Amino acid sequence: MDEWLNSIIQGVLLGGLYALFATGMSLIFGVMRLVNIAHGDLIVLAAYLALICVDATGMAPLTSLLFVVPVMAVIGYVLQRGVLNLTLGDDILPPLLVTFGISIILQNLLLELFSADSRKLQSGWLDTASIQLGDTIAIGLVPLIIFGVAILVIGGLQLLFYRSKLGRAFRATSDDQDTARLMGIDNRHVFALAMAISLAVVAVAGVFLGMRTNFDPSIGPPRLLYAFEAVIIGGLGSLWGTFIGGIVIGVAQSIGAKIDPGWQILAGHIAFLVILVIRPRGLFPRAVD
Amino acid sequence: MTLLETHGLTAFYGDFQALFGIDMEVAEGETIAIIGANGAGKTTFLRSLTGLLRNAHDAVRFDGRPIGDARANAVVALGIAMVPEGRKLFPSLSVEENLLIGGHAGRKGPWDLGRIFALFPVLQERRGAPATALSGGQQQMVSIGRALMSNPRLLLCDEISLGLAPTIIRDIYDSLPQVTDTGCTLMVVEQDINQAMAVADRIYCFQEGRITLEGRPAGLTRDRIRQAYFGV
Amino acid sequence: MSRFTVERTTRTAQAGLGIFVVGLAVLISLPFWAGRADMRLVMEICYFLALAQMWNLLAGYAGLVSIGQQAFVGLGGYALFVGAIYLGIHPLLCILLAGLAAALFAVPTAFVVFRLRGAYFAIGTWVVAEVYRLVFAQVSALGGGSGMSLPIGIVRDLGSSPLQRDMIFYFICIALAVGTTGLVYWILRARHGLALTAIRDSEIASRSLGVDAFRTKFGVYVLVAGITGMVGALIFLLKLRISPDAAFSLQDWTASVLFIVIIGGIGRIEGPIVGTLVFFALRGLLADLGSWYLIVLGALAVLVMLFAPQGIWGLVAERLGWHFFPVRRRLKVGGGEAGDPA
Repeated sequence: MDEWLNSIIQGVLLGGLYALFATGMSLIFGVMRLVNIAHGDLIVLAAYLALICVDATGMAPLTSLLFVVPVMAVIGYVLQRGVLNLTLGDDILPPLLVTFGISIILQNLLLELFSADSRKLQSGWLDTASIQLGDTIAIGLVPLIIFGVAILVIGGLQLLFYRSKLGRAFRATSDDQDTARLMGIDNRHVFALAMAISLAVVAVAGVFLGMRTNFDPSIGPPRLLYAFEAVIIGGLGSLWGTFIGGIVIGVAQSIGAKIDPGWQILAGHIAFLVILVIRPRGLFPRAVD
Repeated sequence: MTLLETHGLTAFYGDFQALFGIDMEVAEGETIAIIGANGAGKTTFLRSLTGLLRNAHDAVRFDGRPIGDARANAVVALGIAMVPEGRKLFPSLSVEENLLIGGHAGRKGPWDLGRIFALFPVLQERRGAPATALSGGQQQMVSIGRALMSNPRLLLCDEISLGLAPTIIRDIYDSLPQVTDTGCTLMVVEQDINQAMAVADRIYCFQEGRITLEGRPAGLTRDRIRQAYFGV
Repeated sequence: MSRFTVERTTRTAQAGLGIFVVGLAVLISLPFWAGRADMRLVMEICYFLALAQMWNLLAGYAGLVSIGQQAFVGLGGYALFVGAIYLGIHPLLCILLAGLAAALFAVPTAFVVFRLRGAYFAIGTWVVAEVYRLVFAQVSALGGGSGMSLPIGIVRDLGSSPLQRDMIFYFICIALAVGTTGLVYWILRARHGLALTAIRDSEIASRSLGVDAFRTKFGVYVLVAGITGMVGALIFLLKLRISPDAAFSLQDWTASVLFIVIIGGIGRIEGPIVGTLVFFALRGLLADLGSWYLIVLGALAVLVMLFAPQGIWGLVAERLGWHFFPVRRRLKVGGGEAGDPA
């Protein structure tokens, strides 16, 4: 019994990381109906940027956030303004295919620069620190921090969306692009800001990914799928829904792994498909799409 | 002093030509009414003025400055605001937020939240409600208030009486003098010809993308208007 | 009162027919003067063309953008292996049955993924393909994660000499390439084609005119899955070995097909033909560069999508007005010609 409880707890904590993966995707879909196929690879890029910082200066991975987050935000702004804004319109193919191309480019560029070797961001004592609950349940400090940060990030974004001028602009643009322009909103700039924020969250997700597990250039696509599944399970348009979606995937994977290690990823996918069939609009749908 | 002029303004939707060389002059402080049947090009004209439709650089001049190809958000910053047809309130925003976002461009002037609430007191009571939960007339007030928040020099109103009861229409039009008293120039697109005649200094009639009539209400007969309206 | 007739062929179409006939003759004669390596290359070109035509039909015409077609390639491949090894069915017959099997799997797949729209539909199809990959990796009877090989005996029974076997495969590939191109052309000339283009252009409008969007899309999805399954079966019959990673590989069966269709021109029948040739030319030139080859392909796809979204064939067709496969109907008024000649 305790072992199952442990699995569920580990799954919930894992869900925090998946929620971080998914939040950036949920945000940009909400603001501009864009799905970025390169999302997972950008998470991996952030992990590698952190690696560069750590290797070059010996700083702790958590400290590297100070560098990786702004750099990724700038990358997001430039990427959106320079490339992705050109693809937005009524047709879904251009953004899909362009971001698919970017995904291929990123994966192979990282492969060329860093080789396929598995890497990890070492945090010394933090990596093995844990809180002991009873005999069988050990809560790793890193997963706990990630879970907490996920809550902070989503809470912060909710504040941004609902209590700030920029958030108002995001919501208005998401409702009706043309009328938003009539208010004086420059949607090229607003979209770029949304992508900048999205990639800032991706940066956090990437650094934590690198702290939690081994990574290499090829692990981007599965992260994209988990993020996507969390968004759909949660329901389009709801950031907290995305958070719950991440937890659902995390718990499903954890229970799957308990049954059979080879079933971990499959369990997550199956949970997603089941929810898709019985609740196609997700658990907390809000956006009308 | 001429605030707005258009010279040979043409507009296309793909291959379809909606406007055929519109020439118009509006003096500061005037109230202009545009009348015409559906599909005559009135909304297309307003969209061209606001920058939602891009036109030739010199086709539209505002305060002497060519804005024909300016982006919509730049046009607002210059001082042209529109109350769009169908109101187009933001469903995700409350009444107050809809008003606030009207001021996004940050133009200075007499209009702020307090003054809008003074103009339309019912909005203050419902300030926290989702904008689309209000009645049609109240939504129209929000839309007008939203446009005023950008402190425009020229306010464009596209069919603000559409779908509203006559008493509500009267209330809304009764509030417009408070707008023009601040020096704002008003351009009103109206399906209701009587309403247009009552409020305007001058009237333009559009028909199939062309101006077919222009003049002061007093000087226009029913027959002339009908001819210009229907093109018969 | 003027007479109106609807016309479909043009002079370039007739020229195209000529080129096609000559090309086909060359291809048919190829086994008699080219080496085995060249034959293998042409076979590969043919089955990629088939995959591309099917993807093009699905996305370009039916508006269903799938990045999970590798699911059906893999399903077809495994169906062939199961049929040939465990059921003792003749491998060539297995190809057809594999197509059927893939189409069968497409039914519940569609039921699930059609709940999603747009880009989310695309990723949903990818998830399904991943599920198939992971499930097959768990089935030890099919070799689990490392896969299985096709016993030599099965292949040897197909023909008396290696050359004869290669020729059988070769002509099947040619037939597949010609057949899928012809099928797409036929569908679009028929009533269904008009329905498809209508749905792609505006689902709401077409529905109001009585076109059943769901049934048409569902039908196209299942048909494409079936044929993709047949191609998959053929591919793995040629490779003699199958594994989950190879069978359900996004890189091999979807990324390359996407590239082909983007570069060639989406939504045009000639597009995949041009795209496949360009893809293989680039592969021949750059494959030595390893990851840089893929980076170049990705960058090329991005640039084409941004600045020439109609692809190479799209550019050509617009500039020169060529349509080798005329599927657009033009209205002729009386004796003269009205409408768009390009």
